[in-house]
Amino acid sequence: MADHDPATPLKSTPLHALHVELKARMVPFAGYDMPVQYPAGILKEHLHTRARAGLFDVSHMGQVRLVGDDPAAALETLVPGDIRGLGQGRMRYTLFTNDQGGILDDLMVTNAGDHLFLVVNAACKEQDIAHLTNALKGKVDVEPLPDAALMALQGPEAAAVLARFIPEAATMKFMSLLPATFKGIPVLITRSGYTGEDGYEISCASADAEAIARALLAEDGVEAIGLGARDSLRLEAGLCLYGHDITTTTTPVEAALEWTLPKRRRAEGGFPGAGIILKQLAEGATRRRVGLRPDGRQPAREHTGIQDAAGTTIGEITSGGFGPTANGPVAMGYVDIAHAAPGTALTLNVRGKPLPARVAPTPFVPQRYYRG
Amino acid sequence: MTVKYTKDHEWIKVDGTTGTVGISDYAQSQLGDVVFVELPEVGRELTQGGESAVVESVKAASEVYAPVAGTVTAANEALVDEPALVNSAAQTGGWFYQITIADPSQLDGLMDEDAYKAYVEGLA
Repeated sequence: MADHDPATPLKSTPLHALHVELKARMVPFAGYDMPVQYPAGILKEHLHTRARAGLFDVSHMGQVRLVGDDPAAALETLVPGDIRGLGQGRMRYTLFTNDQGGILDDLMVTNAGDHLFLVVNAACKEQDIAHLTNALKGKVDVEPLPDAALMALQGPEAAAVLARFIPEAATMKFMSLLPATFKGIPVLITRSGYTGEDGYEISCASADAEAIARALLAEDGVEAIGLGARDSLRLEAGLCLYGHDITTTTTPVEAALEWTLPKRRRAEGGFPGAGIILKQLAEGATRRRVGLRPDGRQPAREHTGIQDAAGTTIGEITSGGFGPTANGPVAMGYVDIAHAAPGTALTLNVRGKPLPARVAPTPFVPQRYYRG
Repeated sequence: MTVKYTKDHEWIKVDGTTGTVGISDYAQSQLGDVVFVELPEVGRELTQGGESAVVESVKAASEVYAPVAGTVTAANEALVDEPALVNSAAQTGGWFYQITIADPSQLDGLMDEDAYKAYVEGLA
């Protein structure tokens, strides 16, 4: 996903000048010139987010509105989530699936009252918009929001910080939406994120993004955090990264995302790949995404082979690295179902050398979402 | 005592026939937080330009190549407990290993401090 063809100019987010001013190290990511880290470094940025509050620019992600008579019913033809059951102002994590039961992207869907508000991955957004437009033609209007910015404020102090600007933010339910004003600027805030911490995502007009970011960064406890720490935070939280832990060749059951398949949709079907996915739910899949804890301090990275005690390759790591809060290496990968139970001893093939590891429950650090 | 540099950002400090090897301050700043170092075993024969160690940052693993051929005589065990020494003292306490230099003429092909400084500036 980070690969970039040098012939194509990189896009920039509305916060690009601010990142440069803050001396971020900028790298190409999903076609954008994005901050991978600031001078403090990934380790400190990660720990700061877990201890206080981190501000992330996620404006590269795609924001889309679905407008029409019944956008929830329409979207349910493309995702297995319970969208019709979303109360006003509530949001949910779901997946675009294909006819083979594979995953085209993961996304957040919010019932914004007169429309659905979607946030999709940067690298998939054009493809997602085309998919929505083609598949839902005549049912809903698909309205991309290219002039909207998105920031995430994450960490145990996020609620107290945001409440200084928007008092109602403090008592918002986890996975809910609030249209509000931030120093007079219209914003849409959701109590959500992808770090395992309590926090918010803040959508606003591109022209307003820098003023909001500067106001938040001026608050005690808030630091700018780059994509490097965003990745290590989501890995420790056991959350999937699209294109790595979930792809068109992994199903929601294989990916251990059964929780995204609610009872009604399991009974009714009616989403792409339902036949395959529901059969796997009933009979089990032959492989599964698991957490892995290598022994010692050495990290094991993506594409590292996973072997059983007999030395037979039984899977591969899809995300792996060093967890600053776990204070050790953590990884996720797919193994055959016989080796998926927590505690199972496995061997990782790191640069030709065996590294002992165990299947471990995820998340690797406790989630601290706000439960009211 | 002379210090020489490779284009891959290793340094070697030469003391008679002994060389102490590490990565440059520039290299550690590019890598970011170092969390693990895989050191060569004492007695291992290294070839010039061959893989000699691996340094792992939070984000990625990077190979460390031997500046010259030689036999490993010591590995910096301090890095096992404190890999962050590579960040805080890349060119002093954060050394990786020592070797007996097999062919001192190989040092002639490496950069001296000034040449390396100019080389790094050219990369920016």
